[in-house]
Amino acid sequence: MLTLSGVGKRYPTGDRALNEIEVTLPKGQVMALIGPSGAGKSTLIRCVNRLVEPTEGNIRLDDVELTSLSGHKLRQARRSMGMIFQEYALVDRLSVMENVLSGRLGYVGFWRSFLRRYPQTAVAEAFRLLERVGLAHAIDKRADALSGGQRQRVGIARALLQSPKLLLVDEPTASLDPKTSRQIMRLIRELCAERDLGAIINIHDVALAKQFADRIVGLRAGEIVFDGQPSELTADILTTIYGEEEWDTTPEPLESDEQNATRPASKRTQASNVVTHMATGGAS
Amino acid sequence: MSTMSSKQRQHLAQQGTWRRLPLIASPGLRWGLVLALAVYLVLAFASVEVNWARVAEGASRGMNFLSAFMQPDFVSRWDDILAGLLESLTMTVTSTVLGIALAVPVGLGAARNIAPLPIYVICRSIIAVSRTFQEVIIAILFVVMFGFGPFAGMITLAFATIGFMAKLLAEDIEDLDWRQVEAVRATGAGWWQTLNHAVQPQVMPRLIGLSMYRLDINFRESAVIGIVGAGGIGATLNTSISRYEYDTSAAILLMIIAIVLLSEYSSSHVRRWTQ
Ligand SMILES: Nc1ncnc2c1ncn2[C@@H]1O[C@H](COP(=O)(O)OP(=O)(O)O)[C@@H](O)[C@H]1O
Ligand SMILES: [Mg+2]
Repeated sequence: MLTLSGVGKRYPTGDRALNEIEVTLPKGQVMALIGPSGAGKSTLIRCVNRLVEPTEGNIRLDDVELTSLSGHKLRQARRSMGMIFQEYALVDRLSVMENVLSGRLGYVGFWRSFLRRYPQTAVAEAFRLLERVGLAHAIDKRADALSGGQRQRVGIARALLQSPKLLLVDEPTASLDPKTSRQIMRLIRELCAERDLGAIINIHDVALAKQFADRIVGLRAGEIVFDGQPSELTADILTTIYGEEEWDTTPEPLESDEQNATRPASKRTQASNVVTHMATGGAS
Repeated sequence: MSTMSSKQRQHLAQQGTWRRLPLIASPGLRWGLVLALAVYLVLAFASVEVNWARVAEGASRGMNFLSAFMQPDFVSRWDDILAGLLESLTMTVTSTVLGIALAVPVGLGAARNIAPLPIYVICRSIIAVSRTFQEVIIAILFVVMFGFGPFAGMITLAFATIGFMAKLLAEDIEDLDWRQVEAVRATGAGWWQTLNHAVQPQVMPRLIGLSMYRLDINFRESAVIGIVGAGGIGATLNTSISRYEYDTSAAILLMIIAIVLLSEYSSSHVRRWTQ
């Protein structure tokens, strides 16, 4: 469904954030993107919805070439990709309902949104989503009056109101406590399953990634160094992604195949099997 | 003791001795600058000539003025005072509204993070021109152009308001929480929608606070520019001073103080409410 080929990004400052990224995300697949801070995870998902302009390569969402879009076409493409942010990025001084309804901005004209006269179906759907994430009681609260976990739920509702095909999720749990983190990840996971949404989730918590993702892609210094199933993520591979560290202290017990850890290069061929498997799995 | 090495400082700190790093490392330069400044200040004060005889003479006139404050006369020129105040208030409100209406687009254009470069340059120039000249100078120009009276005053204050408000608004927009803007853009919102949903909520409270503050400034300025012929309470004040009716002047000044205090009080309320 989403295909990145040869994607590269060099920031004007000279930082080479991404290099020759090749990734295909099948419909309905939840992919965790892991890697150390500065690896280029945020840059990658921002290139997809063009908050950041990729400097090389092509990105296709279904039949649309995203890299060449502008103006109205770009807005249309953006509304089919919901984004969820690390620090929630709600508009603090707007109410919860206004924040969720802003997920509809790509569909309504300026005056409608200015006067907050959203179509009845949109308002009903926004309310249903708030109910789904357990915040129906908070519709008139100001966004900055909520707790971190609640804000992230509002952020999720906003992204889903876009009726997206794809979720781009940037460190959704980095500002949350461990329990809330799990709840949020579970919620995202469930919603993806309910709506058959694909998702790219940037996350630095390897245990969470393994627990909730169908597939894990490891990024290091702008390059993909691992692409495979959570069970294939061994201590050796973690070392390739993050550098030398005592991985046995990871709270989640590692899977059994620790000895026959494969090198990341050969892993990529295996990953394509995973991809096709997920593709058929997702479509059924 | 001059420029101590980091090693030495670490060693001293180990012993429990530590001094803040001086702003200027070289002691010679540091003390040289202090000395130069002191010499300059002495010479500068010495160069200001004071005519003590004139001061003594003026002191009694000043005392007259001050004693008039003990018995301000609101009554004998009440009609003039009232007319002047009303004119000033009208001038203040109209010029503030007009000035802000013009300042908002200029401010948006002068924010580097949302405006394209050519528009940015134009809007920054407008701000620079408006802020270069003090109200009194602009007032003199507009009085020459439009004749005596409150119209020149209104245009003057509106013009000064543009520079003030647009500059502060632009700075506010430049340090927005950009994540909120990106989040709204990521939904597929257009430029105007992003402005309305992500920028406006963030800058509105300060915009309202600044508008109240500018209303206050414009009222005080209206008293000043009246003296150069731009109407309002300043004109009334000027007349009373030139007629040596200090008790009336005192009444006018007290009225101005009261109104400024009132607006100060109400604007702090408004600001709290908009947070
Ligand atoms: N706006 C920017 N301007 C310049 N360099 C940037 C910018 N954003 C990110 N970078 C650089 O790009 C690299 C990748 O950053 P990022 O995508 O944020 O990584 P991650 O999300 O994995 O922590 C880093 O080296 C970072 O310094
Ligand atoms: Mg990041």
